[in-house]
Amino acid sequence: MIEFHQVFKRYEGGHEALKGVSFELPAGEMAFLTGHSGAGKSTLLKLIALMERPTRGQVILDGQNISKVKDRHIPYHRRKIGMIFQDHRLLFDRTVFDNVALPLIIAGVSDRDIPKRVRAALDKVGLLSKEKQLPIQLSGGEQQRVGIARAVVNKPPLLLADEPTGNLDPELSADIMNLFAEFNQVGVSVLIASHDLALIARMRHPVITLKEGRTIRNELAEAAFDE
Amino acid sequence: MSKSSRQNTTYKISFIDRFRMAITLHKKNAMTTLLDVFRHPANSLLTILVLAIALALPSAFYVFSSNAKAISSNWSGGVQMALFLKDNVNQQQRADLIQELSFRPEFKEVVLVPKEEAIEEFKQQSGFGDALDYLNENPLPDSIILTPYETHADAASLEQLAQELEQNPMVDIAQLDMAWIQRYQAILEISQKIGTFVSILLAFGVLLIVGNTIRLAILNRREEIQVIKLVGATDAFIRRPFLYSGFWYGLIAALLAALMVNIVLFLLLQPSSTLAELYNSGFSLIGLAPTQTLSLLAIGSALGLFGAWFSVSKHLKDIQPT
Repeated sequence: MIEFHQVFKRYEGGHEALKGVSFELPAGEMAFLTGHSGAGKSTLLKLIALMERPTRGQVILDGQNISKVKDRHIPYHRRKIGMIFQDHRLLFDRTVFDNVALPLIIAGVSDRDIPKRVRAALDKVGLLSKEKQLPIQLSGGEQQRVGIARAVVNKPPLLLADEPTGNLDPELSADIMNLFAEFNQVGVSVLIASHDLALIARMRHPVITLKEGRTIRNELAEAAFDE
Repeated sequence: MSKSSRQNTTYKISFIDRFRMAITLHKKNAMTTLLDVFRHPANSLLTILVLAIALALPSAFYVFSSNAKAISSNWSGGVQMALFLKDNVNQQQRADLIQELSFRPEFKEVVLVPKEEAIEEFKQQSGFGDALDYLNENPLPDSIILTPYETHADAASLEQLAQELEQNPMVDIAQLDMAWIQRYQAILEISQKIGTFVSILLAFGVLLIVGNTIRLAILNRREEIQVIKLVGATDAFIRRPFLYSGFWYGLIAALLAALMVNIVLFLLLQPSSTLAELYNSGFSLIGLAPTQTLSLLAIGSALGLFGAWFSVSKHLKDIQPT
C-alpha cells in the first residue's frame, strides 16, 4: 500500500525531519509508527497525504509514485486516504452529521445516498444517536470518533492517524485503537503514529520506530524476513 | 494483493450523479451565501451599502448627463443664422438669394430683414433712437435670418453651412449665434469624460471592496478551508461559495443603487417639470430605462464576481493544511 524508498525531507530553514527512511506497508496491513516527538512521525504522514513533498527519495502509494501527482490532483489523491488527527479537526459550527458528510459532498456523492452512508459510518463508531449534536457538545473521545467516522465514510483503502489518542485517557485510547483494528480487519490499511508505547505493545501489530529522522527499527521488514 | 481488491468497494460515483450533484451544490452554495448575507447583516450590510453608493454615483451621473444632452438638443432648435449682405447687392440679387436659400433642405424659415427695418428695430430696442437720427445714412446692412431644421441644428453642420454660405459673393458675414451652445456642449463633453474616469475608478473601488470583504471571509474560515482541503476538496469546490458571495454582494448593491437613483429621480420629477414649464420647454426628466437598469445589475454582479475571483485566487493558495 505504502512504500518509502530512501526518503529525505528537509524543511525550509534547514531542519532535516527525515534522513533516508525506507519501509513498506503491505495492503491490508496495520502498523504503528513511533518515536519521540520530533522523530519525524508527523512529517512521514504528511508526505503520504501530500501535505509536504519529499526533498529526495520516492513515496509510492498503491503502486503510484506520488511525486508525480500534480498539485491540482492532490484533492483526488487525498480522497483515497482517511486522515485522523490528534486535535480532530472538526468543523465546530456544523453538526456531527454534517461533519461526517463533508467528504461525501466534496466527492460529489448524490444527496439521496449521503444520509445512508453517514449513518453507516456513525453506526460503526457508535455515535448514531448523536448525529444532530454539535461537536462541542461531545466528549474528547466522542469527537475523535466523529473524526474517525469522517475518515472512513468514503471507504478509503488507507487510514492515517497522527496521535489519535494523544488527548484521551487510557481506556478511551484502547477503544479508539480497537476501532482502527476493526477497520483493518475488513481490509483497510492503517498506519498510526503514536508514542503511547504501552498501548502499542498490547495491539500486536508491527511497529516502525523512528529516531531523529531515521528508521531504527522496522518490524514490518522483520515480519517479512521471518516468513 | 488480494486485500487491496477492497479498493473496488470504494464508492464509485457515476458521471451523471457527479453532474447532478454539481448542480445541487451550485444551488446550495447560491442559496446559503444569499441567506448568509441576510443572516449576518452586520458584516455584509455595510459592505453592500458602500458598494451601492459606489454604483449609484456613476449611474446618477449617467442619468444626469443624458438629461443634460436632452436639454441641449432641445435648445439647438432655437439656433438661428444671420447672413449680412454686402452693400452692393441689389434688390433682384437679394430676391434670388432668398429664393435659392428657401429651396435648400436645411432651412425651415428664411426671413429678409432689410436695413431700413433693421435700423427701426435697433432704434426701438437700443434706446439710441435719437442719436441714430443724426446719422446721414443707415450703417446697417441687409440681413437674412435663417432658421435651420432641428435635424441640421447640430454645431458641426451649422458651422460648415455658415462657411459655405460665406463663400457666396453677396454675403459679407454668416454669423452663427451658437457660441454658448458650443460652450455648453464642450463643458458637457468634459464633464462626461470626467464622469467616465470617475466611473472607472469607482468600478475599481467596487472590485477592491468586494475583494477585501471576500479576503476577510476567507481568513475567517481559514481553519475550515484547511480541514476541507484535507478531506479532498478541490480549489473549485472551496472557491464556489466565495464567488457566489461576491456575486450576491454586487447584485444586491446594484439593486440598491438603482433604487437610490430612482428615488432621487422621483424627488426631482416635480421640480424639474416646474422648471421646464417656466422655461416654456417641453423637456421632461429622463430616468433609468429598463435596459439600463438591467445593465447596472449586470455590471454590479460582474464586478462582485470578479472582485471575489481575484481575492479567492490570491488568498486561497496561501491556505494549506498543516
